[in-house]
Amino acid sequence: MGYTKEQLLARLQELNIDFSCYDHPVVLTVEEQSKYVGHLGGALSKNLLLKDKKHRLYIVSALAGTKVDMKILSQRLGLGKGGLRMAPEENLLEVLQVPLGCVTPFALINESASAVSLLLDQGFKSKQICYFHPMTNDVTIALSSSNLDKFLISVGKQPAYVDLEASPVVGKDSPPDLADFVPSGVPNSSESVENVKPTNVPHQNVVPKEKQCLPEVKAKLKVQNKGAEKNQSKTPTKGTNVEKFVNDVFDIISPLFLSEVSKKLNVKQEELSSILDGFREQAAPDLESVTMSLKNASYTAGFEAGFETMLNLGLNGRPPRK
Amino acid sequence: MSVVGKEEGEEQQVVNPWEVSAGKGGIDYDKLVDQFGCQRLDDALVARVARLTARPPHRFLRRGLFFAHRDLNEILDLYERGERFYLYTGRGPSSEALHLGHLIPFMFTKYLQDAFKVPLVIQLTDDEKFLWKNLTVEESKRLARENAKDIIACGFDVERTFIFSDFNYVGGAFYENMVKVARCVTYNKVVGIFGFSPEDHIGKISFPPVQAVPSFPSSFPHLFSGNDQLRCLIPCAIDQDPYFRMTRDVAPRIGYQKPSLIESRFFPALQGENTKMSASDPNSAIYVTDSVKEIKTKVNKYAFSGGQDSIELHRKLGANLDVDVPIKYLNFFLEDDNELEHIKKEYKEGRMLTGEVKQRLVAVLSELVARHQRARAQVTEEMVDAFMAVRPLPNMFG
Repeated sequence: MGYTKEQLLARLQELNIDFSCYDHPVVLTVEEQSKYVGHLGGALSKNLLLKDKKHRLYIVSALAGTKVDMKILSQRLGLGKGGLRMAPEENLLEVLQVPLGCVTPFALINESASAVSLLLDQGFKSKQICYFHPMTNDVTIALSSSNLDKFLISVGKQPAYVDLEASPVVGKDSPPDLADFVPSGVPNSSESVENVKPTNVPHQNVVPKEKQCLPEVKAKLKVQNKGAEKNQSKTPTKGTNVEKFVNDVFDIISPLFLSEVSKKLNVKQEELSSILDGFREQAAPDLESVTMSLKNASYTAGFEAGFETMLNLGLNGRPPRK
Repeated sequence: MSVVGKEEGEEQQVVNPWEVSAGKGGIDYDKLVDQFGCQRLDDALVARVARLTARPPHRFLRRGLFFAHRDLNEILDLYERGERFYLYTGRGPSSEALHLGHLIPFMFTKYLQDAFKVPLVIQLTDDEKFLWKNLTVEESKRLARENAKDIIACGFDVERTFIFSDFNYVGGAFYENMVKVARCVTYNKVVGIFGFSPEDHIGKISFPPVQAVPSFPSSFPHLFSGNDQLRCLIPCAIDQDPYFRMTRDVAPRIGYQKPSLIESRFFPALQGENTKMSASDPNSAIYVTDSVKEIKTKVNKYAFSGGQDSIELHRKLGANLDVDVPIKYLNFFLEDDNELEHIKKEYKEGRMLTGEVKQRLVAVLSELVARHQRARAQVTEEMVDAFMAVRPLPNMFG
């Protein structure tokens, strides 16, 4: 039998996960949900249940504003161009055991969903609070992405965040960068996805491992490298995105800082991480400002160089593109 | 008519691009919105912006400082459908010294650029300043470049931002649009909108189209060629509304889309709402070049306080937040909503003293100005050239 909302919330409390709960009438769309919680300042999520040609299921959980292109996602997963479809309603009810309009990462608490792959929008990491439905859509829970990670780890899923808007070229020389997200076993077996040991853990709490941040950094670096290799002018690069850079810097510093300080001062990492979140918020404006200065200065230097090249060497100064 | 609000016994308030003066109680924004015919920016719209951009709304929106709009909901509708738009804002470079009030539209525009990931054109109206002030052409052009550096220091993204000055850029497609607009506005109309008189020289009378046409993407063929119907959103202070009323009136007649607007209140002078910030009185405002010491002196000595005259009276009666300038400045510049509410409450009920409020303000302003100065120090002449170069922006919607 699937978990009820009450059972899920009880489990979150057991795990000492900070969250807030908002009741509202049943909502079936993000637009409707935002009428009730949109003003509270957190980030709404849109959640899709997708299915590939071999009937494997994927939950794509993104910020409401993130553009998700199923064709590109399909290629990045290695499923070819039209490999992903929206999953039919039966899959929601049978596998996730949630009602229509209620796709949510929390559905992964159900054992029936153990083979479902989860792709999380990296945009969640920069939000203090994100909104999801617990097992029903007359409630919205608000929590930080690190708390979501805690939950996911407790049900045996390694959280992995992805730049859903990136569209790296996939071809002979650059394999699909999200191929790891494709479930390895036949659906409904107890083999889980994403290279984690298979666990049947509906009733056990797996304590979050210390190095939980590393897989995110690895997944991100993988996506970035593949994108950088085929840097044609057609594909928009995120390499010059200041906010992303600042987030990447924090993602490098935070886990190192947390693990070192918690060891040295003998304090739990969870207690430190809220201080770190506040510090992150305070430092962000200055960090973004100096990064933007650097970016503008770099562009200017390139611009000058381009000008000089044209002036002195004309079109001969630049090797032909094709 | 430059908008005149008249009621029995009340002084008239005058609001147009060249004059802003308030009646006794300060600017009546409700009356202004009614008379101009623009719309109020309500909480639902702010929440919608937050949802569409997947980030918290800027504090200027949360605090109702950008409070009025024209057709912002249309921009949000098209954005939600996956369509694009671009931003347009500008500055009349009348002086080298910029104060915090000048930065406000730029701070907000930067937020819009980051949140919606859209390109921005920034117009420096050096010709306007030449026409209205006693400046030479060289001086106007020089001031435009100097102001461009402070604007760049606000953190605009060179991959998405085109800065231009009228003396450099007017011509070509931009001038064609100017003439198209000019043909649609009669002399009587422009006098009516801007309050010109027969003694004004023809430079002034023919200037308005220059500020109107950056609202049309065809004015920038190197950026938007082929995209004549691209929509434009203009963040500005509400005194600029007349230009864009005229522009919105003309746009459909020449086959273009009307620009949308998002408008702000005025930034109060240090000595109070009814005084003017003026370049000739350095104590009327905090400048971006001020040192921490100068900020402290100005705030402590000149910022108009709504507190009572003595501590005993203050503890008893509390402060008048309607006229207290430090509170108004904190409203603009203190990011933390909870802390602001706390300070307002304590101050109003007499438990916090003026000195403490001013101390907090000095800290907030010092941090802001320091960040600006550091960024400003990184802006080189070459960087200004890069921002102002007529170049394509391939990543402008990325």
